[in-house]
Amino acid sequence: MKILVCISNVPDTTTKITFTNDNTQFNQAGVQFVLNPYDEIALSRAIELTDGGNGTVTVINVGEASTEPTIRKALAIGATDAVRINAAPKDAYFVAKQVAAYAKDQSYDLILTGRESIDYNGAKVAAMLGELLDIPSVSIIKKLEVDGEKATVEREIEGGKEVLTIPFPFVAGTAEGVAEWKIPNMRGIMSARTKPLTVVEAIDVQILSDIVKFETPAPRGAVKLVDAGDPEKLIELLHSEAKVF
Amino acid sequence: MSVLVYVENAEGKFKKSIFEVVSYAKAIAKQMNTSLIAISIGNVASSELENLGKYGVEKVLNVTNDKLKSFINQAYASVIAEAAKKEAANVVVLSNSFSGKGLAPRIGVKLEAAVADGAIELPTTDGKFIVKKTAFSNKAFAMVEMNSENKVISLTPNSHKVVEDGTPATIEEFNSENKDSDFKVIIKEIVRATDKVSLPDAELVVSAGRGLKGPENWGMIEELANLLGAATACSKPVSDADWRPHSEHVGQTGIAISPNLYIAIGISGAIQHLAGVSSSKVIVVINKDPEAPFFKVADYGIVGDAFEVVPKMIEAVKALKANS
Ligand SMILES: Cc1cc2nc3c(=O)[nH]c(=O)nc-3n(C[C@H](O)[C@H](O)[C@H](O)COP(=O)(O)OP(=O)(O)OC[C@H]3O[C@@H](n4cnc5c(N)ncnc54)[C@H](O)[C@@H]3O)c2cc1C
Ligand SMILES: Nc1ncnc2c1ncn2[C@@H]1O[C@H](COP(=O)(O)O)[C@@H](O)[C@H]1O
Repeated sequence: MKILVCISNVPDTTTKITFTNDNTQFNQAGVQFVLNPYDEIALSRAIELTDGGNGTVTVINVGEASTEPTIRKALAIGATDAVRINAAPKDAYFVAKQVAAYAKDQSYDLILTGRESIDYNGAKVAAMLGELLDIPSVSIIKKLEVDGEKATVEREIEGGKEVLTIPFPFVAGTAEGVAEWKIPNMRGIMSARTKPLTVVEAIDVQILSDIVKFETPAPRGAVKLVDAGDPEKLIELLHSEAKVF
Repeated sequence: MSVLVYVENAEGKFKKSIFEVVSYAKAIAKQMNTSLIAISIGNVASSELENLGKYGVEKVLNVTNDKLKSFINQAYASVIAEAAKKEAANVVVLSNSFSGKGLAPRIGVKLEAAVADGAIELPTTDGKFIVKKTAFSNKAFAMVEMNSENKVISLTPNSHKVVEDGTPATIEEFNSENKDSDFKVIIKEIVRATDKVSLPDAELVVSAGRGLKGPENWGMIEELANLLGAATACSKPVSDADWRPHSEHVGQTGIAISPNLYIAIGISGAIQHLAGVSSSKVIVVINKDPEAPFFKVADYGIVGDAFEVVPKMIEAVKALKANS
């Protein structure tokens, strides 16, 4: 099985988000960048599926040289090799176009992404890739089992789930449940240094969207505390002051 | 020029989130001085379709092709993009539901359109077309400028009011040509828990964390939720331990929600948890530790033991209901 996993380089989940240049730029000062947690799930499942020499897992990132530590982390976890498309990711369309251009002649059986990147939360790359390559896509899957030439996946729907059978090749965005996070071991970390990382130049893509400004949420007022002996008061406040029911 | 709104049905019915999407699309159409057309795919009664007129739809394109009975994003995207071209719609609006997430990007590629996912406000349409969405897992908002001629916008549930504005819509049958390659996915099974309020579009949510000690103590959480007509949610360690299903897990690695009311019981308020719930309109925290970080972002709170407080809340809600 030949699997491609798209990985993004995002601020660590505990990052306090601030902006500079009149709120037009994310303030990277002191921020720790990590492999997007959902992409790590995708990678973990890809490694499980190719376990025991049953295929290869290539990771691909659209990013500048500064993302290489994250790519090496993916190699340490167990990817076979890596590709970096040398460009700052502009928007999901830009990323999907770059990945599609690389993947179109490589005959991957399966392309995995995370369900969303935790910085821009678009959840868009998987379905855009599917469309660009004219193959099926499922944006958020909770389970992925392979059976010969097809896979069975479970996707979430409002108030339930849907089970789908899909022939290869297809694209899927993985969420929690698909695999457990894998922690790189010493051997993985050592071998990551020598695994192949190919740098590919980006293709020209029209930029369709652009973030022109950020805002941070207005701080909430101080909490109104109600005495523990008097929860009736809380219900009363929610009813007649907050008017939520 | 026109605005096209995709009205997703759940077993032949439209949910409130769809009326929100239609109202939102109508407001955009008004801003742009143009008309609103809806597209419905699947088996929906004509009375339901006409009723969309109440929220501003002028015409409904009704697709009833048997092959399109159940949702396959690839095939639905082809149909919606084709309808957009036929109606010269350069703005396509849909819900940022689980299905919407699989559709919007595909429609975007087909129409070479910028895609604004999870919009939370009306766009500016005079001069620059800019949409506000959440970013950094609810820790911030991003203003996205859409530069392309065509635009696709998906709306976050619970972020636009349902507005009644209009008269019954006319219905027009719409036939589309799908490629065979659109139908590679086979749906084996759909499981829907119909007796429960679905979490992503719930207006009220009762959520609990590790403070509850074990799955056997969720009875009171469900009772409170049932009484309020609320959905239930939980923190990550709770679903990791299989006390509750993964579909209830909210936060940075679970789902992000923005209900009108979020009641957090025995949840500490870790930054990754807050990421998924901080855009809730009213937050209530019940925690025995006065130092729990959740109190810093709460509107109302009780410092106390959940096992004593929650049963009393249940009694109070019952009393309130009896009196109204
Ligand atoms: C990469 C990453 C992603 C993550 N993503 C998520 C996510 O998406 N969602 C998420 O929820 N977490 C997430 N986490 C985990 C998060 O950091 C916290 O560990 C988690 O939210 C804590 O869950 P909790 O509040 O239920 O449990 P705890 O932190 O153990 O808190 C329990 C709380 O209950 C209170 N309590 C105890 N007994 C009682 C009682 N009798 N009555 C009232 N209160 C009581 C305690 O005072 C305490 O505040 C993530 C972590 C990482 C590293
Ligand atoms: N710069 C990037 N390079 C490679 N893959 C990416 C990049 N950005 C996003 N992705 C992939 O697309 C998924 C969804 O991202 P998004 O659509 O931005 O939420 C991520 O989980 C990654 O798998």
